Amino acid sequence: MADIRNNFIGIKSPNPFWLASAPPTDKAYNVVRAFKAGWGGVVWKTLGEEGPPVVNVNGPRYGAIWGADRRLLGLNNIELITDRQLQVNLQEMKQVKKDFPDRAIVASIMVPCEEEAWKAILPLVEDTEVDGIELNFGCPHGMSERGMGSAVGQVPEYIEMVARWCKQYTRMPVIVKLTPNITDIRYPARAAKRGGADAVSLINTISSITAVNLDTFSPEPSIDGRGSHGGYCGPAVKPIALNMVAEIARDPETRGLPISGIGGVTTWRDAAEFLALGAGNVQVCTAAMTYGFKIVQEMIEGLKSWMDEKGHATLDDVIGRATPNVTDWQYLNLNYVTKAHINQDLCIKCGRCHIACEDTSHQAITNIVDGLRHFEVIEEECVGCNLCVNVCPVEGCIDMVPLHAGELDRRTGKIVQPTYANWTQHPNNPMAQKPTPVQVPEQEVEPAE
Amino acid sequence: MDERLLQDGIVGNRLSPPTYAENFADLHPPLDQHEALVESDRCYFCYDAPCMQACPTTIDIPLFIRQISTGNPLGAAKTIFDQNIMGGMCARVCPTETLCEEACVRELAEGKPVKIGHLQRYATDAAMAKNKQFYQRAAPTGKRIAVVGAGPAGLSAAHRLALHGHEVIIFDARPKAGGLNEYGIAAYKSTNNFAQAEVDYVTAIGGIEIRENMALGRDFSLDDLRGEFDAVFIGLGLAGVNALRADGEDLRGVENAVDFIAALRQAEDKGVLPIGRRVVVIGGGMTAIDAAVQAKLLGAEEVTVCYRRGQEQMNASDYEQELAKANGVVIRHWLQPKRVLATDGRVSGIELEYTALADDRLAGTGRALVLEADQVFKAIGQSLDASLWSDAGSFLQNGKIKVDAEGHTSIPNVWAGGDCVAGGEDLTVWATRQGRDAAESIHRSLTAQRAPAAPAALELA
Repeated sequence: MADIRNNFIGIKSPNPFWLASAPPTDKAYNVVRAFKAGWGGVVWKTLGEEGPPVVNVNGPRYGAIWGADRRLLGLNNIELITDRQLQVNLQEMKQVKKDFPDRAIVASIMVPCEEEAWKAILPLVEDTEVDGIELNFGCPHGMSERGMGSAVGQVPEYIEMVARWCKQYTRMPVIVKLTPNITDIRYPARAAKRGGADAVSLINTISSITAVNLDTFSPEPSIDGRGSHGGYCGPAVKPIALNMVAEIARDPETRGLPISGIGGVTTWRDAAEFLALGAGNVQVCTAAMTYGFKIVQEMIEGLKSWMDEKGHATLDDVIGRATPNVTDWQYLNLNYVTKAHINQDLCIKCGRCHIACEDTSHQAITNIVDGLRHFEVIEEECVGCNLCVNVCPVEGCIDMVPLHAGELDRRTGKIVQPTYANWTQHPNNPMAQKPTPVQVPEQEVEPAE
Repeated sequence: MDERLLQDGIVGNRLSPPTYAENFADLHPPLDQHEALVESDRCYFCYDAPCMQACPTTIDIPLFIRQISTGNPLGAAKTIFDQNIMGGMCARVCPTETLCEEACVRELAEGKPVKIGHLQRYATDAAMAKNKQFYQRAAPTGKRIAVVGAGPAGLSAAHRLALHGHEVIIFDARPKAGGLNEYGIAAYKSTNNFAQAEVDYVTAIGGIEIRENMALGRDFSLDDLRGEFDAVFIGLGLAGVNALRADGEDLRGVENAVDFIAALRQAEDKGVLPIGRRVVVIGGGMTAIDAAVQAKLLGAEEVTVCYRRGQEQMNASDYEQELAKANGVVIRHWLQPKRVLATDGRVSGIELEYTALADDRLAGTGRALVLEADQVFKAIGQSLDASLWSDAGSFLQNGKIKVDAEGHTSIPNVWAGGDCVAGGEDLTVWATRQGRDAAESIHRSLTAQRAPAAPAALELA
């Protein structure tokens, strides 16, 4: 059986599934339930500085979008950091850590961007004997208006500065949580590293308005007829998060910096994908808030089963395995030619592949053949774009089949070449490099159309 | 066991009022909003959708279902009514399992088609509940058109003609409009007086006058109409009932299934309808099934449908047959009636003969079967009264009115549609289509400048 014990920057947990800093980790009651359900760790909901607690709205905090059958695809929230007394949180954290010594507890912290504020809170947290701290530089709503959260995360110099203070004033491992509300995630990640952070975690939520009420013309969630942007999360944000994780994992400046992957993790498969792209573990929130803590059982079991099936003994055999395969577009092999193939036994004749291709793409799928409703790929027109696969309601009905070297690509009339060739060498590229650039195998490169 | 259930002969009040109410409640209760949203999510919005192709009125089914899924049931209703103004009744009575739902790709994919009929009812009910009228009549044309028969064909034609600005007078032989929708559909398929509500909804467009108790051949002639109106549409259905051609057919207790079904629809109190303890229905179509199921629901102890051919040849759909079986009706095949048996002048049984195919021809085998019965319903088809037409020879084809592709008959300025014409199927949805298309043809013909549009009229000009 695969061993999925996790060691993330020295913080050990029985599995790589942590609950992210959010409502599910706001107090001991929830965290104890989570640990009993099997979660490997939690990042306790963000603590603020000592004093009067923050105040939340008293109306709706969440907005959402749904897929078929009202499956929740994306959730946004305008909830602030914990609105409980700092001391209450600290006492509970200390007790829970004592009761569950094998689980990871990390304290999320957000205090004003002043050295004294960080210097004041760090010893209090350290005293709870939790495993580490996560600097909340991510929340895009509410706190950011007060110069905290994503207001810090959007300025790499601030990230570096605060990370450095934390490393200076505590022995605890420091994780910097990054906001995706920036143009290039590599800059804040590099800043965290320069500041001495032990790891980054990402993504925090994305600034968003989920809907507009068309009766009242108020954004949702509506507070007395008005709304404010919230932080977006859930399955809908996963592709954005995966890319940002990969960008940091493959950036020469941050390569090797541990990453805690966050963003839409709902199943073991999502988690495995984050790990493969370079995350050392994952954090989950929306899936738990949608289905309850029990979902971790599926994640644990599913991840182990997959690892067993593939022969991966430990998480280290998985982490980062996909990272080298993430490259720039210019290095993609232009001699790789695929054609869609429709399995007629599985086809239910809905015609969506045809109309998608006919209306919006390459007119490469039939509708009527010999007077009968029949959907078949016209290889002479198919550019292998994969749109038909993505719109087909039957999984596995349409495949993208690569042409072998030596076969005729009936669209271009050219023989498929066995060699690798990319844009950097393409004759249409005025910047084409000669001789062959880095990353390109030695074979002679055939130009592709 | 209640004694009334076991009482021989044809008697009423076999069941208690609550049981009648339960038995004749809506066969398919309407979808609520949640159910409609969940079901509409299942539609794949197919290209050139097979369901749409299978619909005789070509309703844009993917579009109306998508409109339901986006919270726009009124828009969905308009999509339906654009093609089929009788969409509310069609949602209730269409054999969807052999039309749109049979063609649904999810039937192929997983054996569970999208419930198109239920969704259509959801949308049309929403519009009718609000009496949302979608159509504005065109400016008056000054043309007057007579419609014979206020059934689905006539109402569909009348609505489309009124829409184009013509004045329509509908003549109907019965006391109420609606035709078979009012008199010919099982009570549990059209509850809450839906047929009349639909007549009111359709005629609310304006420009349509309905004259009840006016029968062609009795109160007026076709020539009268041709003299008074610019065009005539005939949609009077099939009033005649085919005979059993078996001895004893005139005995008390031998009844037409269509009359029984009509009486059921008109009866507020089902207890007043007498029903036999043992009932035999002769026939294999929807009428036979509707009569058999309702006989059972009225409290008959045994109901047997006897059909002279095999299960595959039955006109009743598989769904209808299953419905009958689920209600305890026995369906027997390869049996034809020979003689109705009587005791003291009352039906006491029926003698049937086994049939078989010999050289592809159906023939009696000489072997007999006697079923006990105190009531026999005839449901072996309806027919058109040929004596209504002066030149039946050229006007009719196989006993029905001959029409061209536009619904035009052999008589100038006379169109026809519905069950009374040859071609199509005897279904509400086909009648609706034929009425609609004939109306368009009439409109083209009446508004064409000088040259008449219909070829038949051209020949006679």
